This record gives sequence, C-alpha cells and structure tokens, in this order.
Amino acid sequence: MTGFLDNVLNGLALGAVYALVALGFVVMFKASGVLNFAHGSLLLFGGYLIAVLHDDLGFAGALALAVLATAALAGALDRFLLQRGGLDEQSAHIQTIVTIGIDILLFTDLARRIGGDLLPLGDPWGDAVTELGPVTVADSRLAAIVVSTVVIGTVFALFRFTSWGLSLRAAAEDLEAAALMGVRLGRVRAGGWALAGALAALAAVFLASFPAPGLERTTGQIALHAFPAAILGGLASPVGALAGSLLIGLTEALVVGYQSELHVLGEGFGDVAPYAVMLLVLLVRPTGLFGGKGAARV
Amino acid sequence: MSDRLPGALTRRPARILLLAVALCLPPFYLDAFWLRIGLFSMAAAIGAVGLSLLSGTAGQLSLGHAFFLAVGAYGYAYLAGEPGPGLPPVIAAVLAVLLAGAAGGLFSPVAGRVKGIYLGIATLALVFLGHHVLLTADSVTGGFNGRSVPPLELGGFAFAASDPELVVLGVPFGAEERLWFLGLALFAFTWFTAGGLLRGRPGRALAALRDSETAAAVMGVDVARHRSAAFVVSSMYAGLAGVLLALAFRRVVPDYFSLALSIDYLAMIVIGGLGSVAGATAGAVFVTALPLLMTRYADQLPLVAAPGSTEGAVGPTEAARYLYGAAIVLVLLYAPDGLHGLARRVREHLRRRRPRTPATDPVPPPPQPAAAARPKEHTP
Repeated sequence: MTGFLDNVLNGLALGAVYALVALGFVVMFKASGVLNFAHGSLLLFGGYLIAVLHDDLGFAGALALAVLATAALAGALDRFLLQRGGLDEQSAHIQTIVTIGIDILLFTDLARRIGGDLLPLGDPWGDAVTELGPVTVADSRLAAIVVSTVVIGTVFALFRFTSWGLSLRAAAEDLEAAALMGVRLGRVRAGGWALAGALAALAAVFLASFPAPGLERTTGQIALHAFPAAILGGLASPVGALAGSLLIGLTEALVVGYQSELHVLGEGFGDVAPYAVMLLVLLVRPTGLFGGKGAARV
Repeated sequence: MSDRLPGALTRRPARILLLAVALCLPPFYLDAFWLRIGLFSMAAAIGAVGLSLLSGTAGQLSLGHAFFLAVGAYGYAYLAGEPGPGLPPVIAAVLAVLLAGAAGGLFSPVAGRVKGIYLGIATLALVFLGHHVLLTADSVTGGFNGRSVPPLELGGFAFAASDPELVVLGVPFGAEERLWFLGLALFAFTWFTAGGLLRGRPGRALAALRDSETAAAVMGVDVARHRSAAFVVSSMYAGLAGVLLALAFRRVVPDYFSLALSIDYLAMIVIGGLGSVAGATAGAVFVTALPLLMTRYADQLPLVAAPGSTEGAVGPTEAARYLYGAAIVLVLLYAPDGLHGLARRVREHLRRRRPRTPATDPVPPPPQPAAAARPKEHTP
C-alpha cells in the first residue's frame, strides 16, 4: 500500500511539472493557434541559464533572471519571427512548422554548449526527503507540487481577472471580432508566449532537480511528454491541460512503479505510456477530453 | 500548382531521355561516397514524395513518417532474413511495402477522424511507440543492435558486391553502383505514380479536402475514406523508402528511426515546397546531402571544426543542422511555397522578360494563385 501511495505522490508531482509545460502549450495555442515545437528547447534554455548563473547570483537570482530571459526570448520569437508570417488562422499551421525550425536551431546550440555534461542547478532542496506518515517523498517533489499549484492558480487568475486575460480569451474565440473591438492581437499574442516561456523555465527547475541527476541535453525532450498531456485535455482548454497532465503523470509513475508486473509491455514502457494513453483518448474523442466540438462553417 | 514540373517534362520527351541518361552516368565516374549520397537522397526523395502527398496535398500533418519507414525497413529485413521466414528478397520487399501500407491502414481509425495539429501529435505517438517495439521485440527486430539486411536479388542478380567482380565498361560494379540503378528505377516509379495520383481524380479530391473539408464533402468526396487512403498510400511510399534505405545501410537499428527522422522528412517537404513532387525531391536532396557534404569538407569550410575536435567548437553536423533549421524558418516565412515556388517564380520572371524584345504589348502578369496572394513582398 505504501508502494501505491509513493507512486501516486510521484505521479502527482510529475503531473504538476507537466502541467506547467502543458499550460504553456495551451496559452500559446490560445493566443496564436500555433503549437510550439520549440517549447522543449525553451525549457532547456531556461534550465541552462540557471545552471550557468546560480554560482554568481545564487539560486533565487538565477531563477528570476532565467524566467525573465526565457519569457523575453519566447515573446521575441513570436513578435519578431512568427508574427511576420501573419496573424490569421491559416498561417498558424505554417508557423507551427516554423517552430520546428526554431527548435532545431535552439536545441543544436544548447546541446553543443551542454555537451555530455550533467549540470547542477543549485536548487535549495538537494536530495532531502520528508516523512509524510507512511510515505517518504523527496522535498523537490513536494516543492514541485506546491509551486506548480500556486503558479497555475495565478495563471488562471490572470486569465479570469485581468484585461490581458480577457483579450486573450476574446482573441481565441474570434480573431477578427477581437481585433475590431480594439484588442491588439500582436501584443496579446506575444504576452501569451512570454508567459509560456516563463512557465517552461520554471518547469526546468523541477525536471532537473532530485531525483533527476541534473540538467542534461535530453531534459527538453522529457518535456515532450507534456504534448500528450496538452492534446489529451484539448489544446484550447487550460483545465484540460491540467487534467491531462495529472493523468499522464499518474500513468507514467504507476507504469514505472509496477514495471515488474507489466513486463509483457517491455522494459521502459513508462516512457511511452503517455502516448499510448493519448491515442486511446483521441480514438474516443478526436479533439481531446475538454476540446470543443467546433461547428463546421463554409 | 502541384504538378508543373512533371507535366512540363512529359511534354518534352527528349528532356526526360536526357535526364535519364544523365542520371545513369554517375556510377561510371563517381566513387562510392558520392554514390551513397545519391542513394540516400533517392530513398529520402521517395519517402518525401509520400509525405508530400499526405501533408502537402491532403493537408494532414504527419510526424509519424519515421515509423512507416521503419516498418518497411524492418519488414524487409525480417521477411528476407534469418531469423525470419527467409522469403526470396523481391517478394520480401513487396510484402514490406504492403506491410507499411497495412500499418497506415491500421492507423486510419485515428487518421480518419483526428485533424490538424491533433493528428500531428497523434502520429508522434506512433514514432515513440514504434521505437519502443523495435527495442523490445528482440526476436523480430534484434533489439538495440538491430539486424543486418540481406541483399536484394533479382533473377540471380544480387545488388551487392559479388566475388567474381562484375565489370561494366571498365568500371567495377560493387554494391553502390548496382543499388544506384535500383534506386533510380524505384525513384522513377515513385515520380510517375505520384505525379499521376496528384494530377488525377484522387489528387484533386485530396486538395479539395485540404482546402475545405465541408466543401469537399458537398462535392461528393468521401472524407473519411480519402483521408485514410492518403495515409495508406503515403505509408507505402515510406515503406518503399525504408526498404531502399535498409539495402543502402545494410543494417537497420532502432535509433535511426526516431522523431528526428520524422522531422527531417517534414523539413524536406517544407523546404522543397508543399504538395509538389519536384519540390519534395529537391528538399530531400538538400536535407540528406547537406550534413554528409559538410562532414566530408569540414576542414575546408570556414567556421566549421573537423569532427571530434575540441569541445564547444561548431562541428560539421552541428553546422549542417544550423543551416537547415535556418532554412526551414526562412523558407516558411519568406517563401512559403519553398524551392518549388522559387523556381516557378524565376521561370515566370524569365518568361515575362523574353516577349519584350518583339515589342508587342506587355504581357499582363499571370494571376497569382490564392495561396501566393499574400500582402507581403518577397525579399531575397
């Protein structure tokens, strides 16, 4: 039973981190209609900055700077590259492929700098653990759950209560109508991207801290698991991203936890389990759990 | 807009003949390195044409192409080899292509319903799940180390180096030289079948689907059937490319068929220009040959270090990736119809300039297709 609780708690922590990344996908998608394939590299960029800067600035300073820098990079990428391709829905598909090119550029450069190294981020949790009744959890996991909850709550509040959030929701509903109502699409979009970038840099901290050995070049690829999480919930739905992330995190943790019982599926199935779950969901609901039906118009 | 080049070529059979002869010459003059670049390019071109049909013409974003390539490559290696049924290689190759098609067909419950970006991510799942299967199903795939690929034999003629060396016109014909002609034949087959598909009813139906599903359905296009069929046909081209790749590599390993390979193929059709056979071919040659050439000439290129030199320097593979990442971004933002569109614009420009000399009325500029009618000026 403790084994089960361990796995569930691990799954929740993992899901909380995926939620940071998946929420980023959703914010960017709502703002621009673009699915950002460069998100993993943005995450790696944030993590790399923290790893390089934490000796000089301390962890908090490095984190703050990395979050700001990643947000600025993401916002600039959208404002100065993607938006050149147009703001309408048709060009959003093309821009999705542009982000693949951006990802190749960013990842190649970061991977070249990181090489085969494992970079510590200097986070304050280290490898400390806490006893919670019968189960033992790593502090970094608890921090992941707490920080993610707070941050995600803040993002939802931003959506709900600020004028930027209102503009974003209006733009996602109907681009032209929003533009006619005086929403500055370009700015709102870039703002969404910047927010997503900040979330990615934050997620990098938890993906690279204990029990992971540190930041490596493949850390960004782990963020790919947030793809199924975002799709599963329905790309345009923040709540869906949250639900999808928890589902994916739990699935992954449970599959890894009960690997010996699930031997038929082969070793390392935990890594691909999110995708299997996503395919099953898409078979039943082609636009995700919380995705709208979308009426066809001619 | 999709099939100008093949159309233009068939109108001038002499040009085709010339091209065919020119493509038959390299094995007599170039060494194995260049032939291998050509082989990989041809295999990539076959796969890219398949993906272009699916993503360019039918508008279904697919990131799962590497999976179907893997089915073709592993299908051939298993069916023709030991352990495995040990079928005659030609039959194994045909079956491997059909197997890839069947895999595409099995995916059709998803492909027929899921759309746009959702489909892209759903196909991403195929790559990861497929890679997992390749790693774990040891008895069929050989696990992490992969398995060797038996050479193709056609009526007693093996596409591999033979012991009494075959000499044609004073040139020894090893595996590369022989495979070159096989690749050429398969590529020609792909070029004409895909061109025919695009020009005919199916191509128009798929393009209609891409532009508006509802409108296409009203015009009598069976939406789900055509979406699935596009997937099956595209997978079969991918399977064919996989077989040719396996023959060229002589060994198949799971790590080759990763997400990066899928992205390579997407880059090919994007750089070449979506929805055109010629564009996909040009993109395939660009993406395939670039890293190999950069590696070969690393020591003569400025700013590029030799492979395996000091850490932090820009190696040839990295330089190639920078170039092609930048190519994707620039092509899509400044020339969204790719190399194919650029070539067409240059041709139209030349054609417009020529009639000036007889001093007739200036030719009115040709009407721009809807996709090219962007407000933005094209800047070089």
